[in-house]
Amino acid sequence: MSVGLTGGSNPFRSVSRRDTIRKWHSHLMLVLCIGAVLIALIPLLSILFEVFRQGLPALSYDLLTKRQYFQYFAGGGIANALWGSVLIVGTASLIGMPIGILAGIYLSEYGQGRPAAVVRFFADVFAEFPSIIIGLFAYGVIVVWTGHFSVFAGAFALSVMLVPIVTRTTEEALHLVPDSVREAGLALGLPRWRVTGSVVLRAAKGGLLTGSLLGFSRIFGETAPLVVTIGGSLFFAKGLDDTSSSLTYVVWRGATSGIHAAEVRAWGAATVLLLVVLAINISVRVITSRRAER
Amino acid sequence: MVDPAVGARRTAPALRETPSTKVAIGGLRAWFGSKQVLSDIDLDLPALRAIAIIGPSGCGKSTLIRTVNRMHELVRGARVEGRVVVDGHDIYAPGVDAVAVRRRIGMVFQKPNPFPTMSVGGNVAAGLRLNGVRDRAVLDAAVEKALRQAALWDEVKDGLDQPGVALSGGQQQRLCIARALAVGPEVLLLDEPCSALDPIATSKIEDLITELKERLTIIMVTHNMQQAARVADYTAFLYLGKLIEFDRTRRIFETPTQELTEKYVTGRFG
Repeated sequence: MSVGLTGGSNPFRSVSRRDTIRKWHSHLMLVLCIGAVLIALIPLLSILFEVFRQGLPALSYDLLTKRQYFQYFAGGGIANALWGSVLIVGTASLIGMPIGILAGIYLSEYGQGRPAAVVRFFADVFAEFPSIIIGLFAYGVIVVWTGHFSVFAGAFALSVMLVPIVTRTTEEALHLVPDSVREAGLALGLPRWRVTGSVVLRAAKGGLLTGSLLGFSRIFGETAPLVVTIGGSLFFAKGLDDTSSSLTYVVWRGATSGIHAAEVRAWGAATVLLLVVLAINISVRVITSRRAER
Repeated sequence: MVDPAVGARRTAPALRETPSTKVAIGGLRAWFGSKQVLSDIDLDLPALRAIAIIGPSGCGKSTLIRTVNRMHELVRGARVEGRVVVDGHDIYAPGVDAVAVRRRIGMVFQKPNPFPTMSVGGNVAAGLRLNGVRDRAVLDAAVEKALRQAALWDEVKDGLDQPGVALSGGQQQRLCIARALAVGPEVLLLDEPCSALDPIATSKIEDLITELKERLTIIMVTHNMQQAARVADYTAFLYLGKLIEFDRTRRIFETPTQELTEKYVTGRFG
């Protein structure tokens, strides 16, 4: 294929000093950006590295299957804390997710005007609320009322944290469903609740799952609300009314004890915690990238 | 050829419900918030015909057809006054359920909008299934019938379980028509159904409209005057929210009574 005559001086060639300065400027900025990213990554990677360096050797079959024998001495494992975390976060999810999802549906599909604006405002405020204050609220309501620490008090605190997170992620996931899809449903003579339930929610289910998992992993790593609500028992919680420990509780108690055996246990618990949270976040990635492919 | 449905009427008659009138619009006014978009529309639309609504952008064409299946009021701040009478029943009368109205008056939109998580067959069956029809055989039969009516069956019969959104744009639009047909409407509203389609897909939809008007009344908004001339038996010209002229399509294009209509159809404005 002919490209025509070439020759003479090519006007597109850059020769001026200004062009050279501009190019160096661009290179410099790129280097600065990459540098900033590296600086931001160093603490994150060093946390991962240090937790795994100290924690992986502490992992053992006993650690995962036996309960703690002592708060501050060696012996036993952290199975009671693992069970406590699952029970507390599971209960919090059972309470918080339905409320959060329904509130998100309300905001996205029905919420207009002032009432919705108020709900949205409070959801935003509570999503960023200091967790220790939510913990003390649960303490004041549940612990003081029942007279003892309990799984339920911790789950209540975490569910209060979970509701606004799930509300906003649900609302955002539903907003991603185009209005044309809602119109299509309504124009077929489907009642609004049908369109919401069978068309809009179905279209948004990946987003809902993602939001719920992120909320779950967020409260799974919470410490402060549990410190003041669950009591930190060495035994397996026998029910919602019982006291319990949690992974984060073991980390907090051990790390601040100054006693070696408890610190080792804390590293182990921190490793398990990190692995669970990583697993959840990676599975969220997998879900969302699969959806993006389609 | 004298059309027996309307005789030799020349201009839009006042609201009068002759037996052959499918949709009678009387004194219709519509607003978005405080902005009035339709003023005092009177229009008798005959049954089993294709009716085109033309006019420049923003003249209220889409709003007009969206008042016929009560979709207009879904927009926040939108309001309607006046009467839309379908088969002698005012769909804006107190106690009328908008959902029931929409089952009898289907609608297809400008951009194809299949349900994203549903298969081809699932999209067509959706209207029946989500309204409580569970019988598999009934649903399958309805899907095939609607897809045949929408001239899409041969292209998709081997891929009914494929996602609806995987079809081409023109096929998606016919899928949306099939979905609307499956619930058995008597009137089908089409809001610029070809504006997002290429010429070949457009001509398929136009052929389809010509077939469908044997069975139901078609009211379509179009930007494309050639399209109105090709497929519509009647044409209404709207300008700034007012009905300027309504007549047999041929008259609108060849011997309009209003100067504004003539200017518009000859391309001198709009």
